[in-house]
Amino acid sequence: MLELENVSFTYDNGAGVGTRALEGVSFSVEPGEFIGLIGHTGSGKSTLLQLLIGLLKPTEGRILFEGEDIGQKGYDLKKLRSRVGMVFQYPEHQLFEETVFKDVCYGPQNIGLSQKECELRAYEALRSVGLPDECFYVSPFELSGGQKRRVAIAGILAMKPDILVLDEPTAGLDPAGKNEILDLTDELKRDRNISIILVSHCMEDVAEYADRILVMDHGRLKYDESPVVVFSHVEELEKMGLSAPAVTYIMRKLKDRGVDVRNNIITIPEAGAEIMAAFKRRHP
Amino acid sequence: MKEIIKTKNLGFDYIRRNENGEVESIARAIDGVDISIEPGEFVAVLGANGSGKSTLARHLNALLKPTEGTVWINGMDTRDEGKIWEIRRTAGMVFQNPDNQIIGQVVDEDVAFGPENLGVPAEELPGRVEESLKAAGIYEFRNSSPNNLSGGQKQRVSIAGVLAMHSSCIVLDEPTAMLDPLGRNDVIRAVRALNYVENITVILITHYMEETIYADRIYVMDGGKVAFSGTPREVYSRVEDLEKLRLTVPPVVRLSKFLRDSGLHIPADILTEDGLADAIAKEYNAGT
Repeated sequence: MLELENVSFTYDNGAGVGTRALEGVSFSVEPGEFIGLIGHTGSGKSTLLQLLIGLLKPTEGRILFEGEDIGQKGYDLKKLRSRVGMVFQYPEHQLFEETVFKDVCYGPQNIGLSQKECELRAYEALRSVGLPDECFYVSPFELSGGQKRRVAIAGILAMKPDILVLDEPTAGLDPAGKNEILDLTDELKRDRNISIILVSHCMEDVAEYADRILVMDHGRLKYDESPVVVFSHVEELEKMGLSAPAVTYIMRKLKDRGVDVRNNIITIPEAGAEIMAAFKRRHP
Repeated sequence: MKEIIKTKNLGFDYIRRNENGEVESIARAIDGVDISIEPGEFVAVLGANGSGKSTLARHLNALLKPTEGTVWINGMDTRDEGKIWEIRRTAGMVFQNPDNQIIGQVVDEDVAFGPENLGVPAEELPGRVEESLKAAGIYEFRNSSPNNLSGGQKQRVSIAGVLAMHSSCIVLDEPTAMLDPLGRNDVIRAVRALNYVENITVILITHYMEETIYADRIYVMDGGKVAFSGTPREVYSRVEDLEKLRLTVPPVVRLSKFLRDSGLHIPADILTEDGLADAIAKEYNAGT
């Protein structure tokens, strides 16, 4: 659906001096995929996101959405941005309307939909992020941090995107609020076949939710693999300023201590089951 | 008074006024909080969004003044206007966003800014800056522009800035929320070193439970009150209570509980990866 072909990007610092931010990045996004995007600060993640919605144009290479080059002259970027929805960091800072409902209507209105259609979409979007009805007509500023963030996500969902890109959507949320947002994205994927691209600094989260992980390092796409494969490269990840989930480290430590377990394990339930199975083998 | 930080019956209301200055609404953010922290302690504060953690933190260096009750920093009442700079020097703050707290063009200049403002003699500044940068583990970047640093490095510059004021206490309000794993590790390691080596009192507010396992004590906040407190072992043994308050336990504790519930004899008070691996291996190798 969305395809990057050998995309490079250089920030122009004037006078012919440039900073290379991306180098030959290629990958594709299929419908209903949950993709985790990880990388250290400055690895090129933000540049990549801006390229995906046409805020920046590749210096080299091209980006295709449904087979069409989004960089070509006359390409309808407004339409692209309704199909590829972007939830930026701390999106609640961009809420501005008097009521939650109006705020969510803003996007659909902007693409020229009828008032009725806008309201239907806003209602549906707010319901799907799990915001209680009594919050619809209050000022967004009266809501809690987690609720505000869900309103901001609803504003993007009201555009009915096929791909939802979230840049650290759980930063600063308490553990329950974090799970609510992650579960919500997972539901959107399962129930509506929306592709999710989740940028996160929390390895546990991408390990648990992603079908595939993209790892960026110094502007290059280092890995494009399943979570299990990505997190088997512990040493390489650490060199890139990343890490593996805590359970992966525990399994490796167990193996070092002679416990017969697989060490390519990345979630707690899996780790628990694997350890119990090892005990059964050892003490039948 | 022995405590470096003490609050008694601390209450705080956020008051919203309309354009005529009339009170429109009052929201109680902190309600009857009594805490006391001794010099050299490492204290973590946990709590859901809106539980009052940040409001509490802002009372500890007099950014906010109590609506009710009293806050003493090293014996000084935060309502005493004459002491305000001494209070802010004693308890320095580091905030969540690394980009909002650095003002210097060069790292060492930024770190010198605080003590310079306090009137520290110019000949003393370089020494203080050097020692602070070293303590925060960021000395090698002393001549860099802050723009070229990562989030974790910037946070350590902010920490060095607090140290350069010879603060005896540092309050960190979610300092790692915006950092990548390496940045998070480096900041937490720097904070632990300050506490352990320099004996600086640390108050760490965080949503990452695993950052708190080396704390001496944890306060858990809920609805503006302290819901409960204790050592990390005590607090993280209360999984259900924490979950009710929208919190959780570190991954090590979750796995350990899973194994215990499945019938393994794993002690309930393990907090570290090595500790858990040792306990599992011991049980595994027993009786054969």
